[in-house]
Amino acid sequence: MSSGERASPALDVAHVSHRFGARAALSDVSLSVARGHFTALLGPNGAGKTTLFSVITRLYSNQDGQVSILGHALDREPSRALARLGVVFQARTLDTDLTVAQNLLYHASLHGIARKAAKARITALLDRVGLSDRRDDKVRTLSGGQSRRIEIARSLVHEPRLLLLDEPTVGLDLESRADIVAIVRALVREEGLSVLWATHIFEEIDAGDDAVVLHRGRIVARGTAGSIAQGDETLEAAFRRLVAEPARQAA
Amino acid sequence: MSTPTDPIAMTPSPAARATATTPPPAVAPAEAPVPHLGRLDAVGYLICLGGIVRRELLRFFNQKERFFSALVRPLVWLFIFAAGFRNTLGVSIEPPYQTYVLYEVYVVPGLAVMIQLFNGMQSSLSMVYDREVGSMKVLLTSPYPRWLLLLAKLIAGVTVSVVQAYAFLAIAWFWELDIPAIGYVAALPAFIASGLMLGAIGLLLSSMVKQLENFASVMNFVIFPMFFASSALYPLWRIRESSETLYWICQLNPFSHAVQLVRFALYGQFEPIACAVVVGTTLAFFTLAVVAYDPGRGIMARRGGPAGDNS
Repeated sequence: MSSGERASPALDVAHVSHRFGARAALSDVSLSVARGHFTALLGPNGAGKTTLFSVITRLYSNQDGQVSILGHALDREPSRALARLGVVFQARTLDTDLTVAQNLLYHASLHGIARKAAKARITALLDRVGLSDRRDDKVRTLSGGQSRRIEIARSLVHEPRLLLLDEPTVGLDLESRADIVAIVRALVREEGLSVLWATHIFEEIDAGDDAVVLHRGRIVARGTAGSIAQGDETLEAAFRRLVAEPARQAA
Repeated sequence: MSTPTDPIAMTPSPAARATATTPPPAVAPAEAPVPHLGRLDAVGYLICLGGIVRRELLRFFNQKERFFSALVRPLVWLFIFAAGFRNTLGVSIEPPYQTYVLYEVYVVPGLAVMIQLFNGMQSSLSMVYDREVGSMKVLLTSPYPRWLLLLAKLIAGVTVSVVQAYAFLAIAWFWELDIPAIGYVAALPAFIASGLMLGAIGLLLSSMVKQLENFASVMNFVIFPMFFASSALYPLWRIRESSETLYWICQLNPFSHAVQLVRFALYGQFEPIACAVVVGTTLAFFTLAVVAYDPGRGIMARRGGPAGDNS
């Protein structure tokens, strides 16, 4: 970990709390994603995963605490932080009336990438997600799994170093789910991308992955996925145990 | 555990490839700037603006019905209403007209600005829709400051509305409006100004409307009162004859001033008061919209969080 310790982590969330009126959606959440690591964010529905993602993507300002992306604090250098962040939101967010290429070019322009550079980049990315032949098709003609892959390609157009995915495989069949996991794992392995992957599907997580368990807006466990399970418990059993107990602060 | 030592390995640009082929440094510098394909300066912003306008135009031309319904609405007014009112409503000499004009002639500028009014509300509707389907989130994760993104959205909407207004004028030309050629040119800045104003009003509305379904009330409480209580359909002195109060309501309606600005510009004249009102209203509403979309203070934060986390 010689360089990893000196360089700031890809994502650093420190003591973030967020309230909606009287309801606390996040309470003192701290987590970090090391550069080049796949980190899983586990939590049942309503745990606060989407709120956490909204804070990290600056849809809401965090009310307490600090979020930094590759050392750029979100409140002080929002542009630099956001420029290095790619996001795949839970909801489908492509324009279905536009073609794949038009969607990706739009996203490239949002990051100030000139069309020529963007086109080259998009060709490479569509290859990567295996959909080069759908380039000029309207998004509405794609299947759920294909549009997810396009969304992953889109999130990478501006060369982010940190990728957030909010339950990217929800509603997909087994094969598409496996495709998406494989694409993202390859990005981590081959290109050193840092990934924060929110999910509640345990097959997507390997024992060696970093994992954080969020429950009722609090972190209830953290460590590698293997170490969260006690004894010969499966990760799934460990997760059920953790979210069954009343929320408590992880040590 | 391995840590990547080459932070630019995935950069595909030729320059970076060259770097990548050289042996990667053993230890990455502690706070090495992470490369980024886009640019965050003014040129980058113009690319961003261009992209937002382009998307709006693509969506607009994909929805042919929207284009035609936007054109048909004022043409119905011009073709049927104006023909009917022609004899009942004589319009006397009033600047900028130098002689008695037919009702059709009087009503054309108002109808052109009505197109912009509907378009401004339509953009606002699409902002609400974008927020519901999530593409607003994609827009807001752009690294540019949020007010610049909203301004780009506004400019995109105005571009569409100016195209529509001129398409209407092109058809209305057959009604012998006697608009001088210079008027069509002079009206462009007026259309831009009125489009910006109506777009800014729409932008603020979009931040206040919670759901798409509530939009019908916007029609009832914003579009119709603004349109009817204005100088678009009848000269205000006519209204004054029937009601002094209504006359003042019309005078306070910024839409009246947008109509007058365009009306005068079409006849090659400049109306300073209308211009001041339009510019002032634009600035006020845009500022409010920026506050409303601010991540910390605005409605986005107070809305109550994503549905999934709203237990």
